[in-house]
Amino acid sequence: MTWEPVIGLEIHIHLKTRTKMFCRCPVAYFEGANTQTCPVCLAHPGALPVPNRQAVEWTMLLGLALGCEVPERAIFHRKNYFYPDNPKGYQISQYDEPLCVDGRLAVPRAEGDTIVGIERAHLEEDAAKTIHVGGAEGRIHGADRSLIDFNRAGTPLVEIVTAPDIRSADEARRFLQLLRQTVVELGISDAEMEKGSLRFDVNVSVRPEGEEFRTRTELKNMNSFAFAARGIEREIERQIGIYDSGGTVDQETLHFDPSRVDAPPLRSKEEAQDYRYFPEPDLVPLEPDRELVDRLRGELPESPAARIRRLQSEIGFSLAEGLVTSGRDELYSRISGERAAVANVVMNELAATGVDPASVNADELAKVIERRSEIPRTAFTDALAASGSPDFSAERYLAEAAIVDASELDPVIDRILSENSSQVEAFRGGKEGLLGFFVGLVMKETGGKANPKVVSDRLREKLEA
Amino acid sequence: MIDTLRVTAEEATGLLERREVSATELHGAYREAIAARDPELHAYLCTVEHRAGADGVPIALKDVISTKGVETTAASKILSGYKPVFDSTVAARCKDAGLPLLGKTNLDEFAMGSSTENSAFGPTRNPWDPSRVPGGSSGGSTAAVAAGLAPWALGSDTGGSIKQPAALCGVVGLRPTYGTVSRYGIVAFASSLDQVGPIAKTVRDCALLHRIIAGRDPLDSTTVELPEKIEVPEAEDLNGLRVGVPVELNQAEGIEPGVSEVVNRTIELARSLGAEVGECHLPRSVEFGLACYYLIAPSEASSNLARYDGVRYGLRVKADDIRVMYESTRREGFGDEPKRRIMLGTYALSAGYYEAFYGQAQKVRTVIREEHAAAFEQFDVLVSPTSPTVAFELGARTADPLAMYAADVLTIPSNMAGLPGLSIPCGLSDGLPVGFQLIGRQFSENLLFRAGHALERALGFDFVPERLK
Repeated sequence: MTWEPVIGLEIHIHLKTRTKMFCRCPVAYFEGANTQTCPVCLAHPGALPVPNRQAVEWTMLLGLALGCEVPERAIFHRKNYFYPDNPKGYQISQYDEPLCVDGRLAVPRAEGDTIVGIERAHLEEDAAKTIHVGGAEGRIHGADRSLIDFNRAGTPLVEIVTAPDIRSADEARRFLQLLRQTVVELGISDAEMEKGSLRFDVNVSVRPEGEEFRTRTELKNMNSFAFAARGIEREIERQIGIYDSGGTVDQETLHFDPSRVDAPPLRSKEEAQDYRYFPEPDLVPLEPDRELVDRLRGELPESPAARIRRLQSEIGFSLAEGLVTSGRDELYSRISGERAAVANVVMNELAATGVDPASVNADELAKVIERRSEIPRTAFTDALAASGSPDFSAERYLAEAAIVDASELDPVIDRILSENSSQVEAFRGGKEGLLGFFVGLVMKETGGKANPKVVSDRLREKLEA
Repeated sequence: MIDTLRVTAEEATGLLERREVSATELHGAYREAIAARDPELHAYLCTVEHRAGADGVPIALKDVISTKGVETTAASKILSGYKPVFDSTVAARCKDAGLPLLGKTNLDEFAMGSSTENSAFGPTRNPWDPSRVPGGSSGGSTAAVAAGLAPWALGSDTGGSIKQPAALCGVVGLRPTYGTVSRYGIVAFASSLDQVGPIAKTVRDCALLHRIIAGRDPLDSTTVELPEKIEVPEAEDLNGLRVGVPVELNQAEGIEPGVSEVVNRTIELARSLGAEVGECHLPRSVEFGLACYYLIAPSEASSNLARYDGVRYGLRVKADDIRVMYESTRREGFGDEPKRRIMLGTYALSAGYYEAFYGQAQKVRTVIREEHAAAFEQFDVLVSPTSPTVAFELGARTADPLAMYAADVLTIPSNMAGLPGLSIPCGLSDGLPVGFQLIGRQFSENLLFRAGHALERALGFDFVPERLK
């Protein structure tokens, strides 16, 4: 039987607004504990929420970028539950009338687009941060004491829920990368997992292809896309294993420990929590101005997905996807020259230098890339490393001529061939891959100043002579 | 010597303006009255010294109104000792207007009740007869005004908590149009119904105080700009005013004959002042209003009271486990009535019950709104008794919550519709005050003041309780 994975995602994104969602406290997570607070975000008696206009606008912007509708009316609901990080005893969230509904994100793949439905994008407030001291596993139960930092309480959070349209861990990773890049480019969030400004949960089930959906499990606390992809793979295998041996999958939540990637997740039964949602009576319904919605839609930049498809014809899918989802395609477009060569340099060698793509002097770098084969490798890598500085100029690096003169190279080549006679024999016996080995030795011997292309040609000549 | 029993806020303003008395002396006179009469009445939960620089007429605030640095308890043990770090918008507006604070007045815990007997700190008594209740939940404020312990006061009204105690204490009380007075800093009971309003001896005083507190507040998203300025009423006739008498509100079960008699006489008086009086109907509003209210208000309350969890302020009963801490704190901190309503509301909002209870009640609320709107196509104001009965004996209804809830049967329907209502004293029945309720369209406070003022002048009701003269 062929098992088909069914995957859906719930993504939380912190908006980088200046102030919190319902009060005017600055959004500043890393200040001293409980310094960014007020009666509203501490839920003092009588304090009332006032929605952050910027957050509402940015949520709509994101929704529109994900192809969502922005309904005429949206309302906030109260989600009621007791927990010390939830000061009001309810979270202001959205329920059956969210800001954005019915979108879709086309995720480009080499073999064509995967369409992932976006069920909704809604706005809510984040909880405070709790630290449980003592006891097992840092959980509240059994802890000696708990500390609460309300700086994060009430910060704006967008929740995006996808349809169960994703069919593999790889698709999930691609979707997340594309979504993240979309958010970053809209300028509404840093969307950095390590800072917690992007978090997501994954729902996973498997089914015989074409049949009904089966019981899903929820994977929580993934701290990177790669980690998530691995977690999903393992969960898919686990579920298939259970079905293959005649068992059934329990609906449960798998809590991963982000600090111990290889540890098996903690499992917990999914309790049917009753959050007693009801419309937040302290707020009036949002009725987004149609002109504003049209303006926002009109101002959307070209989407990352569209750029991947556009670049794919120039440089192939894999480089196109890599450049766009790493946010390096803008630099790529600025650099003239042979496209595949430029793409490779931007994606690989330049990325390795850590130079900020935005600061690179593209025109000067283009000259260096164009005449790459004529200069020593060291000059080339030095040029890349310097390409972000304000006074970067190609001239200096192009002035360093590579050793191309056979009279200089030949003695070196001859000596290396004689010192490695067994490899020479192996090459001549058909192991042509050894050419690289010889090139490496010559480059090393010449301190990187030789032109690798010339070296390679000359070596081949001598070896095949 | 200032006769605090008799002097109105308007007259007191005149005394201050003519420098016949200083603000400190005026404040002091009320402090003396409080010292003399409040031990019996217990209208105040706390009193404060005169604030230097506050040169206006002093005011008492119901203890759900947050006052910076002054204990604000909502008459609940769970907030005992809690001192707000901020002023509610209405308290700030009173401060800005120069009104010095006299103190914080008693109420039913979290404004839940109709007799002020549900206070965790003991009941308030009615100045007309201390064996009787002052009504509630703003009973502390209305008793203070009636007994000359404050020239005016603020209360809050969810289902009738200003209008009903104003009626039982023989004072004037306005429940404003929902959304015209800020709720910022008001300890929340039921957010979609709570509204702060003025309590005073005269309609003009009420208008003067309302003018200070009303208007949009950027801190309360549910407030709006007033469509017109609040006017202090002058006219003494009701010429051209179309007065509707909703049959169901005037002939409801449980209205005492003595109350009906005084109210009917007042309706006749309105006619003689030039009003066109006619009957109208609010059948569903009256039949379903109370039931609907007791789904919506407790539902919102169950959520609003969740923040009293012992974590950040107020009472905390220490325990080793967070769950036990929550449970013990709330068990010990809340009185019976808040507990009852938290349970009712939690149930009504639960999955599987939401549609049948909360959802249905919201639909009925729309019907109530529409029914009132239809009546206002023919009439400018609707009138009825404010309370079916005069002040009842302490303890008479404490054992029977449903009998207590029925005290608000006449005030709840228009509250559910978000409409303003004014209660003015219109006479005595068995020596106890009877309240006359005037209900208006949204934002028609000026019209209510005008009508209330004309009737007040014609009625000549003496607001000083007989036994205190």
